[in-house]
Amino acid sequence: MNLTKSLKLAVVALATSGLALSASAQDLKGAGSSFVNPLFQKMFSQYTPAKVDYQSIGSGGGIAQLTAKTVDFGDSDAPLNDEQTTKMGGPAAVLHIPMTSGAVVVTYNVPGVAGGLKLSGKDLADIYLGKVKTWNSPEVKDSNPGVNLPNLPIVVIHRSDGSGTSFIFTDYLTKVNPDWATKVGKASAPNWPAGLGGKGSEGVAGLVKQTPGAIGYVELAYAIQNKMPYASIQNKGGKFIVPTIAATTLASNVTIPADTKVSVTNTDNAAGYPIASFTWALIYKEQNYNGRTKDQATKLVKLLWWNIHEGQKFCEALNYAPLSKSAVKAAEAVLKSATYGGKAIL
Amino acid sequence: MITSPVFTWAGNCFVNKPPNFVENKRLELSNGQLKWETMFKLLLKVMSVLLVLIIVGVLITLIIESWPSITSQGIKYIWGKVWDPVQNIYGAYPFLVGTLLTSFTALIISIPFSYAIAIYLGEYNPKGWLSDLLKNTIELIAAVPSIIYGFWGLFVLVPLVRTLEMKLDILPYGVGVFTASIVLAVMIIPYGASLGITLIRMVPSPLKEGAYALGATRWEVIRNVIMPYTRSGLFAGVLLSLGRALGETMAVTMLIGNTTAVADTFKNVFFGPGNTMASVIANEFAEADHTLYLSALIELGLVLFVVTVIINMIGKRIITRVTKS
Repeated sequence: MNLTKSLKLAVVALATSGLALSASAQDLKGAGSSFVNPLFQKMFSQYTPAKVDYQSIGSGGGIAQLTAKTVDFGDSDAPLNDEQTTKMGGPAAVLHIPMTSGAVVVTYNVPGVAGGLKLSGKDLADIYLGKVKTWNSPEVKDSNPGVNLPNLPIVVIHRSDGSGTSFIFTDYLTKVNPDWATKVGKASAPNWPAGLGGKGSEGVAGLVKQTPGAIGYVELAYAIQNKMPYASIQNKGGKFIVPTIAATTLASNVTIPADTKVSVTNTDNAAGYPIASFTWALIYKEQNYNGRTKDQATKLVKLLWWNIHEGQKFCEALNYAPLSKSAVKAAEAVLKSATYGGKAIL
Repeated sequence: MITSPVFTWAGNCFVNKPPNFVENKRLELSNGQLKWETMFKLLLKVMSVLLVLIIVGVLITLIIESWPSITSQGIKYIWGKVWDPVQNIYGAYPFLVGTLLTSFTALIISIPFSYAIAIYLGEYNPKGWLSDLLKNTIELIAAVPSIIYGFWGLFVLVPLVRTLEMKLDILPYGVGVFTASIVLAVMIIPYGASLGITLIRMVPSPLKEGAYALGATRWEVIRNVIMPYTRSGLFAGVLLSLGRALGETMAVTMLIGNTTAVADTFKNVFFGPGNTMASVIANEFAEADHTLYLSALIELGLVLFVVTVIINMIGKRIITRVTKS
């Protein structure tokens, strides 16, 4: 008797919650990068003027959804490539708005070296090319005077799945090592010349932690949360930079072009960490499509405006790097160029 | 007045027909019965045709979607050894080899186990709580999600394999074809085993009793009565588990090392890292950012489809040959 009663209650509760859910339909829908997801969830839970639903399905998925016009905005860790741009109606049709920046750090498992490893970009690329094979080879030793490096083979670990993290990492290696540029290049899943692939950050982290002599790369936030050691990387100015949130922000404090589609890896900033990148929200420049209302368009642009200003205060607690001053300025200009029926929204 | 019943011969028995009975032209069925019979038959037909249509549809979709890759890469796609999305060069050879190697290695490891389980639970211990417990446990193996196997392999099996590799003087990666095959073997055991248990229990008792009466031992009964009687069925179970192994994705991708490089030595072929077709598709599909790349991945699906069909056809051929002899 009691059981049936509580069962009935549960059914009623379920039904009403379903009704409630359908009644409060989301105002805005977004999809894309999983890297930015924890930050977006925090931001959107704090943002009151509109309800936002963000699905972390990966950058490629987000771009596909925006191309199909099923979401209001996408988010990608890499700017659109030529083919994607053409599919969405040419370079003028889509706006890139930087949301935050993230760093990719090089993690390692070298017995006897607990932390403080230093690497230059060129040597890092040579390690990933399989040219530098042992930890005590002269290339690694030169960057680490006084460190007792063991005679251990380097086990290269990379992501096996297509990922924005791999794109940022290979984008950097392409810039600093001509051999890498011709043999491999930059891609979310390139043809890795050496090593093992781990699925996802957890796959890479698992392999690095277990394999003595391993080297891998993960996002800064992931390394901090999982207490993994990470190397200082030599930047363009010749300084070894410890990856921090501040150093990541500094990396993007350079002259940003008007469309913000810039790669900030191997930054010119003397104190900037060299393996960093923006993640971009993507929206159509002309917001009057598919019968969208002006109200919807305004809500969307105002949300992104809030993201690059007030929203930035949530970055540091979640180990994301807030946008640099020059990036915010460039993003403001881009948002102001959004139109509804040919007229500026903001 | 009582009408006396008329008994008539209805093919195989006498039926009691009332005098006002209207003769049905087809059999002795009422119209309602007949309607259900036809409808049910139609339903079965529609279902089976639908299934065929779905498979043909999948094949057509795969061909259409992979057309850009088929035209640009040509037939050398099959034996090309380079998979480079940046340069737009695609070759399926490393993944084809990886898929076949892991599946067949897993099959060879799993066969003794699934046969032993089938014989034990089918013949030696077919009833009782221990038998039920074991049978349920084996079925549970099939119910565990493959990502759980992946994590188990990564954190338990990989360190063990690494220790073994150090003793054998191989680069101690831990992950690789061998590790993936072991986990695959565990995953496919229930498919062969549970079909085997059912089949062995279905062997007619008179056959076995006859053999026992002639003084055969248990081993002799299994070898000379049960095995010949269930051979083709047991092989069908093996085929079923092979199909499962060919398509398994998540656990394999977590353990195989995901490298496109083709191994150079025999040791490296088995212990070194590799990759499979299903694993590459799962890894790269979501972020494949240009048409040709996406198309090449779909063509990989087409190759996997064709490989599965070929292996199944060979299996069917073997089954018929075994049954005839």
